[in-house]
Amino acid sequence: MRHLLTTDGLGRDEATAVLDTADELKRTLLGREVRKLPTLRGRTVITMFYENSTRTRVSFEIAGKWMSADVINVSAGGSSVGKGESLRDTALTLSAAGADCVIVRHPASGAPHRLSGWLADTRTSVVNAGDGMHEHPTQALLDAATLRERLGGIEGRRIGIVGDVLHSRVARSNVHLLTTLGAEVVLVAPPTLLPHGVDQWPVTTAFDVDSQLPGLDAVMMLRVQAERMRGAFFPSAREYSIAYGLSEKRLAMLPEHAVVLHPGPMLRGMEIASPVADSPRAAITDQVANGVHVRMAVLYHLLAGDGDHHG
Amino acid sequence: MAPPRGAAAPAERELLSAGDVARTIARMAHQVIEKTALDGAGGTDGPAEPPPPPVLLGIPTRGTPLAHRLAARIEEFSGVAVPAGALDVTLYRDDLRRKPTRPLEETDVPGGGIDDRVVILVDDVLFSGRTIRSALDALSDHGRPRAVQLAVLVDRGHRELPIRADYVGKNVPTSRTEEVSVLLAETDGRDAVLIRGQ
Repeated sequence: MRHLLTTDGLGRDEATAVLDTADELKRTLLGREVRKLPTLRGRTVITMFYENSTRTRVSFEIAGKWMSADVINVSAGGSSVGKGESLRDTALTLSAAGADCVIVRHPASGAPHRLSGWLADTRTSVVNAGDGMHEHPTQALLDAATLRERLGGIEGRRIGIVGDVLHSRVARSNVHLLTTLGAEVVLVAPPTLLPHGVDQWPVTTAFDVDSQLPGLDAVMMLRVQAERMRGAFFPSAREYSIAYGLSEKRLAMLPEHAVVLHPGPMLRGMEIASPVADSPRAAITDQVANGVHVRMAVLYHLLAGDGDHHG
Repeated sequence: MAPPRGAAAPAERELLSAGDVARTIARMAHQVIEKTALDGAGGTDGPAEPPPPPVLLGIPTRGTPLAHRLAARIEEFSGVAVPAGALDVTLYRDDLRRKPTRPLEETDVPGGGIDDRVVILVDDVLFSGRTIRSALDALSDHGRPRAVQLAVLVDRGHRELPIRADYVGKNVPTSRTEEVSVLLAETDGRDAVLIRGQ
């Protein structure tokens, strides 16, 4: 693996290999005194975040540090980006300075893909940590890791993704990955929040939550992304919450074994009720913990080998 | 470190048969019992508290079933239950960058941990010693054993580090170009040790 830009086109074997590595990393780190592995000693990982983030950035930083890589954080505000440097020049600068891996979050869909093109002649790997409304592959991988852990597998499971699918890179990455891994995915959203061309996706869609819940093995609640909404997508927050929010009443409609995911940050009372978010059926803190192991696994697959093997 | 097992190469010779493998493991079990004074022999200090039994950690892939077999024999001969597990060393190897990404193997350190215990590392073939070097590094991240010993089914020489085994099933003089393969029923369907010349 040279880059991780999308889950679209990520093969089943490759995705499974990353998830298996994450599982083994979790096991081997469990209950240890020293949560540090020497595997990526001498490798330099740079995170480049052009959008706000807490969990993704911290998760990548911890992942890199637990593998003994040198991790450097660059933010748009405190760097030459503020002086008008282009993304291309920033990337070439970081690569020339010795970055083995650039982890980028950017508000423009496709930015990591462009970056990987500019860095084609270097040894620098690119990881997409979320680009606009396009993809967020490591989030999908950590969701898959959590689902495997909670449900014992993904093949044949029915997973509902509920809410603002239109603006959600998490939903896109999950649709590709979960269907590749053999899950049935159903997108549940008001028609205004389903993307154009969704009929081409390997999913089914529904507008009504309540009729879907009893058949689901897992439900993934998406955050309503007000910052990306330029226009009226639903009448009011209260109305959205009543129609699509995961209330305690709706939680009870799910099968006993079903698990609740949320990529965070959560808007409690909007897409998810506070008691639901805190219930043992919710795997939201597991997702965060698994995020570190999954990102360690991604860095391992990108950086540990000889780099000449683009498998 | 076991070399890859491909199709039968020219001049393959059997070093140990299935019966030899079983007898060798039994002998190694007796040696472990003797050396770690598991049966209480050698203690003249009266009814002192016996030390906790050693922990056997196999190095995947074939070290893991070997560790479990050795533990079973030790229990059979001494009556003392000996915990066995697995220690994957992939993340600690010094040659990761020279090869394509390797999948990780299972690590399973028995519940009691390794602090202040005698740990016996178990592997199929001892060659350069680099795998054992990685295992020593991995161990130190899991705790602080009282002592670490090494048991191998085959020692084929050509050490590149100052490492030696405490228990050796069979010493086999080899040339560097030869391949030594340990086959075990758990992983390969049968027990045998083979050598392929060049």
